[in-house]
Amino acid sequence: MNSSMTLLIVLGIPLVSAAVLAFVGDRKFAPEINILGSLATFGAGLGLALEVYTNGPMLAGGKFFFVDAFNVYLAVLTSFVSVTTALFSRRYMRREREHGRVGHVGMRFYHAMFQMFIFAMLLCLLTNNVGVLWIAMELATLSTVLLVSLYRTPTAIEAAWKYFILCGVGIAQALFGTVLLYFAAEKVLGEGGDALLWTNLSRVSGSLEPTVLSLAFVFLMVGYGTKVGLAPLHNWLPDAHSEGPTPISAVLSGLLLNIALYALVRCKVLVDGSTQTHHAGNIMMGFGILSILVAAFSLLRQKDIKRMFSYSSIEHMGIATFAFGLGGPIATFGALLHMLVHSLAKSSIFFTVGHASQMHRTQEMARIKGLFKGNPLVGWGLMFGVMAIVGMPPFGIFASEFLILTATIKDAPLWTPFLLLGLGVAFAALLRRTQSMVSGDVPDYQKPLTPANVPVILHLALVLILGIHMPAFLNQWFHTAVELLK
Amino acid sequence: MGLNIAAQISSFLAALVLLSAFGMLVQKRINGLINLFAWQGLFLSINTALVGYFAGKHHLYISSLLTLSLKVVLLPYILHVLVDRLKIRKEVESVVNIPTTMLIGIALVIFSYHLMAPVRELSTLITRSTLAIALATVMIGLLMMITRKHAVTQIIGFLALENGLFFAATSATYGMPLVVELGVALDVLIAAFIFGIFFFHINTAFDSLDVEQMARLKEED
Repeated sequence: MNSSMTLLIVLGIPLVSAAVLAFVGDRKFAPEINILGSLATFGAGLGLALEVYTNGPMLAGGKFFFVDAFNVYLAVLTSFVSVTTALFSRRYMRREREHGRVGHVGMRFYHAMFQMFIFAMLLCLLTNNVGVLWIAMELATLSTVLLVSLYRTPTAIEAAWKYFILCGVGIAQALFGTVLLYFAAEKVLGEGGDALLWTNLSRVSGSLEPTVLSLAFVFLMVGYGTKVGLAPLHNWLPDAHSEGPTPISAVLSGLLLNIALYALVRCKVLVDGSTQTHHAGNIMMGFGILSILVAAFSLLRQKDIKRMFSYSSIEHMGIATFAFGLGGPIATFGALLHMLVHSLAKSSIFFTVGHASQMHRTQEMARIKGLFKGNPLVGWGLMFGVMAIVGMPPFGIFASEFLILTATIKDAPLWTPFLLLGLGVAFAALLRRTQSMVSGDVPDYQKPLTPANVPVILHLALVLILGIHMPAFLNQWFHTAVELLK
Repeated sequence: MGLNIAAQISSFLAALVLLSAFGMLVQKRINGLINLFAWQGLFLSINTALVGYFAGKHHLYISSLLTLSLKVVLLPYILHVLVDRLKIRKEVESVVNIPTTMLIGIALVIFSYHLMAPVRELSTLITRSTLAIALATVMIGLLMMITRKHAVTQIIGFLALENGLFFAATSATYGMPLVVELGVALDVLIAAFIFGIFFFHINTAFDSLDVEQMARLKEED
């Protein structure tokens, strides 16, 4: 009873905040309400995590929700990044408003939809029903589509249209996959909503019809893979992530991709459990490696700073997808850690990128210069963020990539050169670009601004701590999650 | 005996759904396209209700009503109003090479039958032979979205695709659980509002709803 309450609070707060913010509109204190709402969600999320940590996995709301080590850590991560993003967006969006890039209606919409988006993602994570997962995923897309086009420039509208259409088509394939999954499940579990519950499905996965499930996985892979941004289904991602307001880029790159990957991993465990092969895992490995390579080589050609970091997100999602596909305790542990540290590092990079582009009034990398001198926090924040994201020790991404690489050398040595090539090219491309932006003299068109220190420093500190010493509780947590995903 | 007739009626309606999908593939006028979409929704709705009757699944009546109100009445109405407001009634879209598109459509139908053959073997439902047609409808919707370069036609393609998905759920499993069906319908409704807003945005930003013009975001070399 108590745990059901916590769960309802976690989901309820963002929903209520969305309604309140839609009502409050563009008032002075709207950003503060946004921060408070996110903070409350984060607090409730921590409470939920504590319950799962002490009492183990649980069902709530008449089997409608379920929480285990895998999804609760993502729920905490989602609510945490939503807090820091809300903090960052307070000043950022105010400045955008002063620059006249967004108006009265836009601000009302922005705040309400931000909370709606958080709600949709948390629902994706916590629901026990595969069908509801799909609905929530579509809701997450729909709530962000009009945020991508918030600035109403032709390029922003083009990006949002692409996002809407391509993700709509992609996710439609996932629904077909879900129908097939239900078809197989119904034969074993009987009719009705119970046949779509993860907890029931994973219990009987061995007796589900393997041919149908393999077919279903192809559709699910294409569907949720589009949302993860895996090549060759990634076309919408750099556009949507680069044209929207920067706080939205941060949550899209840092959170939404994780959620889609979460759905994919759950499906993979189910399908491989049914077919007793490594069929689904192999497909994921292929998509993963392809994404790493495509993204790494695209990184070299970018001129727009946000586009570049969007490609970096594709690369990292490719790494995590590859590692989940590879399976085994080390790779899965690495992938779970990778989702966490990538999310933290990438959103902090987007925060500094937002500052840098506001200082120069452009997203063109050639015109961004002298960040070290102009604004040390932005300059060093970006530098350290990029060092973290390319996998330099002692940051957390080094640890996760090292684990994944070790597992690859051990279990799938033939894939190693491709993985290394992708990592190497991305490393070189990102560092070279960043060098030229942070060093040099301050150009005369650079405008000073007060950056939001807390989110950037907090994220980078966490990434650093996770790289140097992983807390024991997190370690145990991941081990539990690895067991679940076996 | 009764079931046999039911299976035949269901197959007949499935054929009509597929026919309207092909019709949409070649229809040039946007108003005609919207009407075809409404017809497709009507066939689906009747089919769903009949399957519900013969199979004794009464929750399908709700799905059927939902389809009727959403896809036969509301969405076509919204689309007609939007087309009127945006003054694109006269705009006849040039579809590149209809015969080729038709041939690809036929190939997609064959492919769907091939893909769904193992699933059909496993099914015992009266609607099992229509599952392949449902997948074909999805694929043709997809094809339409790729070949058409107009925002409104792309959306109609998207909605036709969604029709195919709904049809698939009915054929494979006598419909998804009600909570899922309702949620999907809600998502479609929200999507309808969003594309409505989008049409106006695109129209103001590009002076037309031709999607071809949206080609600014490209990889620079």
